[in-house]
This record gives sequence, structure tokens and C-alpha cells, in this order.
Amino acid sequence: MSTDRTLIRGARPLGGDAADVLLRGGVIAEVRAGLDAEGATVVDADGLVLLPGLVDLHTHLREPGREDAETVETGTRAAALGGFTAVHAMANTDPVADTAGVVEQVWRLGQSAGHCDVRPVGAVTIGLAGQQLAELGAMADSAAAVRVFSDDGRCVSDAVLMRRALEYVKAFDGVVAQHAQEPRLTEGAQMNEGELSGRLGLRGWPAVAEEAIIARDCLLTAHVGSRLHVCHVSTAGSVEIIRWAKSKGWNVTAEVTPHHLLLTDDLAATYDPLYKVNPPLRTHADVEAVRAGLADGTIDVVATDHAPHPHEDKDCEWAAAAFGMLGLETALSVVQHTMVDAGLLTWADVADRMSRTPARIGRVSEHGRPIAAGEPANLVLYDPSASRVVEPGESASLSRNNPYTGLELPGRVVHTFLRGTPTVHEGKPA
Amino acid sequence: MKRHLLSAADLSRDDAELVLRTAEELRSLADRPIKKLPALRGRTVVNLFFEDSTRTRISFEAAAKRLSADVINFAAKGSSLSKGESLKDTALTLEAMGADAIVVRHAASGAPHRLATAGWTGSSVINAGDGTHEHPTQALLDAFTMWRHLGALDGRRVAIVGDVLHSRVARSNALLLRTLGAEVTLVAPPTLLPVGVDGWNVETSYDVDSVLPKADVVMMLRVQGERMNASYFPTVREYSRRYGLDARRMAQLQDHTIVMHPGPMVRGMEITADVADSSRSVIVEQVTNGVAVRMAVLYLLLGGSEPAGTTERDAA
Ligand SMILES: [Zn+2]
Repeated sequence: MSTDRTLIRGARPLGGDAADVLLRGGVIAEVRAGLDAEGATVVDADGLVLLPGLVDLHTHLREPGREDAETVETGTRAAALGGFTAVHAMANTDPVADTAGVVEQVWRLGQSAGHCDVRPVGAVTIGLAGQQLAELGAMADSAAAVRVFSDDGRCVSDAVLMRRALEYVKAFDGVVAQHAQEPRLTEGAQMNEGELSGRLGLRGWPAVAEEAIIARDCLLTAHVGSRLHVCHVSTAGSVEIIRWAKSKGWNVTAEVTPHHLLLTDDLAATYDPLYKVNPPLRTHADVEAVRAGLADGTIDVVATDHAPHPHEDKDCEWAAAAFGMLGLETALSVVQHTMVDAGLLTWADVADRMSRTPARIGRVSEHGRPIAAGEPANLVLYDPSASRVVEPGESASLSRNNPYTGLELPGRVVHTFLRGTPTVHEGKPA
Repeated sequence: MKRHLLSAADLSRDDAELVLRTAEELRSLADRPIKKLPALRGRTVVNLFFEDSTRTRISFEAAAKRLSADVINFAAKGSSLSKGESLKDTALTLEAMGADAIVVRHAASGAPHRLATAGWTGSSVINAGDGTHEHPTQALLDAFTMWRHLGALDGRRVAIVGDVLHSRVARSNALLLRTLGAEVTLVAPPTLLPVGVDGWNVETSYDVDSVLPKADVVMMLRVQGERMNASYFPTVREYSRRYGLDARRMAQLQDHTIVMHPGPMVRGMEITADVADSSRSVIVEQVTNGVAVRMAVLYLLLGGSEPAGTTERDAA
């Protein structure tokens, strides 16, 4: 199939009125109804929603180091199947992405895989050890042009170190993405602290451990005039604190994961580690609060925290299991189910929360753009009327720790285009 | 009865009373010349202990043997953290050996639940203590001991005093005693009561002296001195002074009130030696009752083909 010229026929840009969209030379050439095919490859998109390619601020691709769980190639293929055209690869690999060399390696692996753009996240501290700043400037200046820095998986809990990191990244317009988890309050913690953790005898993970760090970091970022991004907000209290920080005009952004939009802590009663995740699944009230926060813009973006783990790390008792769940291939469906179908977000809002704003936070200039002539042809066509029962074996990921296993979710990614080239065609890798 | 015993909540009131009645029937056996029953002949019971607990293992072993079951003791190395021997691999091995019941003790809360539900084995699973979650046969033997001393437990007041937060015994007892109609008061410093305990359908108190005079049963829980290192209380001395059961506090009890302890005791910490050895103490009897109750559980879960009380000679 020719990839030079593609005519998308009858799609609904941002869920609006149907139009034809011509892609040529990797960019959008024209958008209007009744375009002539003129020899272009025609994609029949009747009834499909057209969105800018999704951008994930929080993906664990596991390479280098845990290629048994995921590789850049498999993870980005899963990303494309989920409608993503750019992902931010978290730094907690082995070796840690704390040098220009490692971030460039990950960036090049992404380029050669070609399923979506890979923007490496740089570690804030050497080895994620929380002791000494990594060479943030070298990573920013590298070919990978890192702008997002995070010790994700660990919290930069030292207040001085966090302050310095926030200050330092101002030199290259970076942002510190904090995994907000007060370590002393969460030693050995296994699940949300509440009545259920007490009954199940699983060490509780109090909401305050997240909220205290977020509050502190908001104050720090205001004090030094920097940019803070809060990873995977999971509690109602966190939403309130961020809402307050934003009301002050502080430069704070936040993300919520699809699983925190849908799943609740009562799943821990199964003791099935499929539901073990960091931060933990919270209560129904927390789910309501993060949905409301995402709807009103307090929470800026949806980020997957796609966290693949090999089977044996989940096929064991809860305490021995790894934290984390897959998310790339189900994110858009979960957002449709929890937000769009619930009347909380329009498709234009989804484009904002899953493409435009994450691209802006990550300073990814070629993504999250309007669907208009002259813009890069990073696009996804999505069928909201489809539905499916989630079958973990069907994933492109190397891992199977899918918490939606057996659930019926709406929607299906039909086509994904990266700079005009299909990466997904009819729901299959192109 | 359900096929597994993972939590005291698995037992309905009828189930629990059936266990107690069966245990009573079996206990009388201890006084007979022939101590063995054929009820579980040809069945295999595995004691799978990932955590050392000689007393619980011996109790289950004696119970299974008195029912003529074949017993395999399997002491697995490795805690949940060291990832030594995997629970799954062990389960698959036992499945291959044809275990009818697996009695499991594990440091990880929920490990017996996983064993029963993950599809690794078709055996009945009996929780012999999992992490800080539950220890249902301990609760059954405690209830049995109370029942023998006090009769029906409806409206009886049971005070459970000590490290409730880390106690699987407290969790199972709270559930089972409520099922049997008793009133339960958990007594501990606020640091050692779980978050959300308000939802347990029990009373709580920080003041042991206000609870003791009304109690029919006082159950003291083991408190590890090391907890003070994590600031659960300031010092062992302060803990003992505020929550320990000594002769002075024992004097506040009603005449019929019994004192229990699931063992092993830390004498001088939660209980003084004179209280533990006093006539109110039923601590030694708890051990005897443990065997009878575990016999009843094994018998009922494995659906022994003979009536429980049938002896070798009767059956022949
Ligand atoms: Zn994280």
C-alpha cells in the first residue's frame, strides 16, 4: 500500500461532523468534506472518530534490562495498537536511564522499531537512589532531548533534592514528574489503607503518603518558580490539593491512569496480584474524585503507567508479587467508558487530555497538534461503537498482567498513523 | 461447609456450631483407650509450613493421625520476600502427590486464598495462619474452649487485648465470635488498632481497666517487644503497665471469667506468670482443644465416610 498519499474518508475529527482528510508527505494536506481520492490510498472511516495520535507521559518499556517483560519494540507496538504515536519511556530500567548514553540508546531503539516516537524520561537522581542529581543537562542536550525527569517507582522524597531538581531543570525548560509516595509512611505497604486493608491483613498505603508529598512539591515548585508534574494521582485529597495549587496560578500539572479511573481497592479481596499496583487502587469515592478532576481540568492528562511484568512475578502470593499493570492497549477504551460514555468528556476533551496536553507537558512539538492542513499526520481512527471482552492473550505486549481481563470495554482502535505512515491497520499492526 | 477454610468468615453459624459439636464428640475420644478413628483412612493431609510454628503443626499432625489420615509434613524454606520456594511450585508438587487437604501456614496474608483459588491445586485448603490476616482454626479452638466453660456464647462479653493490628488471631476471633453471638471488645493502644476497625462490628477501647470488670472472657494477644522500635508504643514497660494482665487487674474480673492466650506467651509483657498459671487460665486446655477442633475441621472438610465418633472396633 502506498504510504505517501492516504485519503481518510468520512471520519469525524474530534467526534464532530464527518470530513475527508488527505495525508501527504507525512503531513495533513487538506481537511474538508468531499475530497477527491486522486489515486491516494483510501481508508473508509465512516463513523470513526479521528483524534490526534495519543501521547503517553508514563510508559514502562523495560528495555534495557527486563526484556523478558517488554522491549521497546513490543511496547511501542502495543502503544500503536492503543492509538499512541508517542510515549515517554520511564527511567527505571537496568541500567537506569540516568545518563545521556542510556537515554540515547532508548531513543534509538524507538526510532528503529518505528511504531511510535519514544521520548525517554531521564532519572532525577543517579540510579534512582535519591542521593545525587543525575546529569540532567547532558540528557537534555543529548539526541534524545529529554525534557521530563522522573525517579518513577521511587519518590524524590528528600525535600532539598526535590527543590534543586525543580530549580535545575528550569535551564532547559524541563519538568520534574514526581512519583508521590512518602517512603516512611508506605514501608511494606501493599494496598490502599482503609477498612479492607485491615480486614485482609495487608499493610495499608495511606492516602496521606501521596497527598503530603504533592502538597510539599506544589509549595516547592511555587517557591522556585518551576514546573512540577504529578504522576498517577489516585486520591480525592490529591485532587483537592492540586486544584488549590492551580488556583494559585502555580505551574503544576497532573496525570491519572486509566486503572485509577475505573478500578477500586475491593479487587484486592481476591488476593490476586493482577490488582497490585503502585499507587494502589483506591476507593469508589477516590475514583469519583479523579474522574471529576479529569473532567474539570484539575487533572490535565491521562497517562497509562503501562507496567509489564512477566507471568511469574504475578503468579504468586500478593506480598511477593510485583506492582503494576498493563495499560497501553486499553487506555482509550477505559477513558471512553469512564469519561465519554458517562458524559464527563467530549472527544475534543479526550484529544486534549490524551494528546495535546501530554505533548505540551513533555515538550513534544510534533504531537498533540490540531487536525488541520500543514500539521504532522500523527492520527488515530477509533470506533466508539465497537466493544470487546478483554483477552490478555491478544496483547502485543510481552506481558499478560492485564487487570481488565474478562471485562467488556467499549471501542476499538482501527487505524493509527505516524507521520502519515500506518502503524495500525484495521486493528492490526500495519 | 465450604470446601476450604480460609477465613472465619467462611463459616456460617450452623457451620461453626457443627464444628464445635463435632469437636466435643471427638474430644471425648481422648479419654478412651483407642485413640484412633478410621474416618480419614487413605486420605492424605499435607502440613505445608512456610513459617515455623511447631505447636500449630504438631496440633494438625496429631489431629490428622487420630483420624487415620496419611500425613506429610512439608517445611518450605523462603519467605515471601526472599522468594525462596515458590508457593505455586510447591502446590504443583503436592498436587502431584495427591494431597486431599493442604494445611498451610505462610507469612504472606492471603497465601492460602491464592493456593485455593489460583488453579494450582484441587485440594481443600485450610488456613493455619497467614501473615496478619487470619487463623481460623485458632478462633474455633478458642470458641470451643469458651463454649465448654460458659455454654452458649450469645451475649457473652469477650475482651481481646493487645496487638490487634498484627494479630491474625484477633481477626479470626472477632469474626467467629460475632457469628456465634458474642460481644467483642478489642482493647489496644490506638497505634495497634487497624484503620477502619469501626467497620468490624465490634467495640473498641483504649482503656483495659474499664473493660475487664464486664468481661466473661479475657484473651491476651502476644505483643512483640520489637514493635516499640517502630514506635507503636514507647517502651515495653509502659506497654505492660497500661495493657498487661497482672494480678491486680485479674482481681477486677468476675468469678466465672476465664483468661486465654493463643500462645506463645511473652510472660512479663502482656501477661504475668502468676496470671498465666492461675486457676482462671485455660491456656493449657486451649492446646488440648486445638487437636479436637482440628480433627473436626479435617473430618468435616474432607467429608469422612464414617460417622466421626466411630472407633476402629465399631467400624469393623
Ligand atoms: Zn510511579
